[in-house]
Amino acid sequence: MTGAIWVVAEQWRGRISPITFEALALGREVADALGAPMHAVLMGHQAAPLAERLGKAAKVLYLDHPLLAEPDPGTYAEALWPLAKDREPVCIVAPLTNVTLGFGTLLAAKLGAPAANFCRDLRVSGGMIQSRCVMYGGKMESLVTAAGRPFVVGLWPGSRPIDQGMAAGAPPLEEVPVQLPELKRVGLRRYIEPEAGDVDITQQDVLVAVGRGIQAKENLEIAERVAELLGGAVCGSRPVIDQGWLPLSRQVGKSGMTVKPKLYLALGISGAPEHVEGMKDSALIIAVNTDAQAPIFQLAHYGVVADVLDMMPALEEAIGKRKQVGSHA
Amino acid sequence: MDILVLLKMVPDVVEELQVDASGKALDTEFLRMILSEQDAHALEQALLLKERQGARVTVLAREAPEVDQALYEALAKGADRAVRIQAADGGAGTRPAATQFAQVIAGDPVFRGADLILTGTQANDDLDGLLAPLVAHELGLPFLGIVVSVSIDAAGGSATAVREYPGGVRGEFSVALPAVVGIQAAEKSPRYVPVAKVRAVMKSASIGKVEASGIFGQAMPQIEVLEMAKPAAAGKAAMVEGPIEAVAVKLTDILSERGLL
Repeated sequence: MTGAIWVVAEQWRGRISPITFEALALGREVADALGAPMHAVLMGHQAAPLAERLGKAAKVLYLDHPLLAEPDPGTYAEALWPLAKDREPVCIVAPLTNVTLGFGTLLAAKLGAPAANFCRDLRVSGGMIQSRCVMYGGKMESLVTAAGRPFVVGLWPGSRPIDQGMAAGAPPLEEVPVQLPELKRVGLRRYIEPEAGDVDITQQDVLVAVGRGIQAKENLEIAERVAELLGGAVCGSRPVIDQGWLPLSRQVGKSGMTVKPKLYLALGISGAPEHVEGMKDSALIIAVNTDAQAPIFQLAHYGVVADVLDMMPALEEAIGKRKQVGSHA
Repeated sequence: MDILVLLKMVPDVVEELQVDASGKALDTEFLRMILSEQDAHALEQALLLKERQGARVTVLAREAPEVDQALYEALAKGADRAVRIQAADGGAGTRPAATQFAQVIAGDPVFRGADLILTGTQANDDLDGLLAPLVAHELGLPFLGIVVSVSIDAAGGSATAVREYPGGVRGEFSVALPAVVGIQAAEKSPRYVPVAKVRAVMKSASIGKVEASGIFGQAMPQIEVLEMAKPAAAGKAAMVEGPIEAVAVKLTDILSERGLL
């Protein structure tokens, strides 16, 4: 009999993370292809009601412990590995997000099991599970498989639409006893909420996003002017935020905000997966980058291979003229 | 206070990457190897701690193209000691690398006594696992990743670290030392070091060497790479070409058509 496919649900601050539904959608496909059951794994403390949202799974394995109240990757791995050892699932799909990053790696290490990171897609070929993984900042993909069991897959956001992982009806819940050592050597003291910025970029119709390609803080001014002409706001990718050129409230991506504007004008942004995660669902994406191989062009609707420092003034002028014509028409 | 920083060389993704004849790996002929960006941040965080609270900073890296350059740069920036692990052909991937790092650390009294082990939260080639949690696992130490600031608590037995969550939320943690901390970004951008200073260090300082024991990579649960390829661009962008002014006008047309102007 083929062992089950496990999908580890990610829950944080009382909510199931969106990646969980992507994982359930993908897990269901793999389970169906193998003729195996798919079980969801939910870890937390007094979090059982969240299992009702995991209807896509045949069953929810629920691990409850006070130390699982916060999704610490080490504690999660410590709690789950004995159960995985015992039940021998074929594959464990673990979300790879900024909530539980490191969990899949630790779980695989404890189990002595193979692991693949940055998974963008899973499929079954000749009875083997294959994972398509994002490598080198999105410039390459590796198709990998593993003979060892369980195959622990760290799932990157963006593999399947969230709706595909949702199903009505609460699946049966099996509560599994958890043994955890008393000592917790990494402890959350407090959450630090983001400071409200002057602009809420998640509410903007137009975003002019700047990346490393703008080279210097002074060049933000022209991006601001383009944004103003378009009635939008400026946001940025990680390097721009780390440089202190824009506040944290303007960061788009894994650690920052997730945005879905009508227009996302990506200027000098390479499109690393961490950034793409936060803007991939934008209605119209126009990207300008000097590197014709930049991953942002895989996602953008329109692309321009150019230096943003040349493109921005040209664009400012062209849009300015058009608006002038428009206002006289 | 002893801080150990694990450094890893990775392909520079700014360069064009090509797949080799096997169809399963990068063509190394034109590959430029650079220090993994997050490892540069880990080094910076260690140097900030040294300046603020006093520490001895040792950088440790596996044999790799251009690795000496990265190690000398680390010394020029202020690291106290740089050590290269010899004969790093213990198998490709981050898991064999982690095993080797852990063995070298466990086998050296100074490394073993480090209060804090810092490295990047992830690297662009971490296909089979992430280095920081793997090293933590092998050494039986606590792990915290996605960290953007670290300070050693006054008593010295613990650190306060801030890590990121999604949506701009951060979490402040107490971490019992010793621990392995994966750095996402240092509190400041990695410092610049002039070439002249690196050259001077190359003359005055030397890189320590440590032999790795050869037992790694044996019982390692392996993944098999079936193929490597550039992503099949699902909705590849329509490229707008021409002189920059003409491109600007075309983009403006697109915006007009979509009712965005």
